[in-house]
Amino acid sequence: MSDNGCGFPAPGLHSFLFKPMFEVGGFEFNKVMLLALISTALVVTFFYAAFGRAKLVPGKLQLIGEAGYDFVRRGIVYETMGKKDGEKYVPLMVSLFFFIWIMNIWSVIPLAQFPVSSVIAYPFVLAGIVYFVWVPLTFKRHGFVGGWKNITGYDNSLGPIKWLVAFIEFFSNLLVRPFTHAVRLFANMFAGHLMLVMFTVASWYLLNSWLIPAAGVSFVMTIAMIGFELFVQAVQAYVFVLLACSYIQGALAEHH
Amino acid sequence: MIANLVQLAAEHGEEQNPLIPPGPELLVGAIAFAIVFFFFWKKLLPNINKVLEERREAIEGGIEKAEAAQTEAQSVLEQYKAQLAEARHEAARLRQEAQEQGAQLIAEMRAEGQRQREEIVAAGHSQIEADRKAAAQSLRQDVGQLATELAGKLVGESLEEHARQSRTIDRFLDELDAKAEATR
Repeated sequence: MSDNGCGFPAPGLHSFLFKPMFEVGGFEFNKVMLLALISTALVVTFFYAAFGRAKLVPGKLQLIGEAGYDFVRRGIVYETMGKKDGEKYVPLMVSLFFFIWIMNIWSVIPLAQFPVSSVIAYPFVLAGIVYFVWVPLTFKRHGFVGGWKNITGYDNSLGPIKWLVAFIEFFSNLLVRPFTHAVRLFANMFAGHLMLVMFTVASWYLLNSWLIPAAGVSFVMTIAMIGFELFVQAVQAYVFVLLACSYIQGALAEHH
Repeated sequence: MIANLVQLAAEHGEEQNPLIPPGPELLVGAIAFAIVFFFFWKKLLPNINKVLEERREAIEGGIEKAEAAQTEAQSVLEQYKAQLAEARHEAARLRQEAQEQGAQLIAEMRAEGQRQREEIVAAGHSQIEADRKAAAQSLRQDVGQLATELAGKLVGESLEEHARQSRTIDRFLDELDAKAEATR
């Protein structure tokens, strides 16, 4: 990376690799894994404090928890699936939203400064869980033939192009969908982290050169990017859950 | 630190494709999410749902109570209105009754007054009649006496001793009276 002559340590893929912190029987435990587990601890602890001994007249913490819970339940799940179908999937969606959000927020937390979801494994696991919820659900709801019709959008009224439509739908729904679902989150966090590292490192680097005013610009950009990232983190968690709901809703719906 | 990472990347030979998930991270991610999901699913969301339901019921109970109170207030108001109307009606009835009674009383008193007036007038009349009779009586005596005296003077002898003759005079005057009555 330092072969461009000026010695600027540009961020790249290596920014997403971590030395193992310790090793247990060939299992390398690294910083990202630690952050993922802390995310779990944070989400569970917060909501345990908020809902563990929930009261009729809520305290401050419970009120915040309820607002978050209500946002996902009413704002995402009921909106896409309706109350009757959606109720069953509320726990999954609430878990997904807050877990992803916290994993994203690590990006701007001092010392951590790394979004867990910018490592493809984590979005991939979550997208996989959603995939293995909605695919079996499709067949359970519509039977074997009906399930395939639902996934491929097979419809006699389309005439001869129905086979083409079925092929495209099959490809896009069954094969590409889990991939795009995971990569959308991953790529947003990946790019955001690159930008943040880029401006942070540049601020420091330029401060030690004769381009000190440029360091100021870079620093301002860092702050701006942190604000922007905070927004993107929440939006991506929202989008991930919204898509999960819409996939499940599609599986439950009569084929269109 | 950055130098370390560069070295680390170099150690991996070619840089790893960021889209290929490393196995151990998949495992950790799955476990981390499973814990979150388990807590939400089994403990936290049932907990809060129960409380939200209770709160909804409490609020609905409060609304129902308020509605009941309002209905009661409405019925009481209607009752009061009915009572008020009845009272007004009663008052009107009493007033009319009083008016009627008053009119009757006045009529009665007027009749009584008329009667008393007539009585007084009648009494006056009879008194006058009696006085007239008494006056006529005394006048008759006086006239008799005067006539006797006059006759005595004219005749030159006192007829006083002949008082018995007065009966003759009275008879004469009675005849005159009778004549007068008859002609009247």
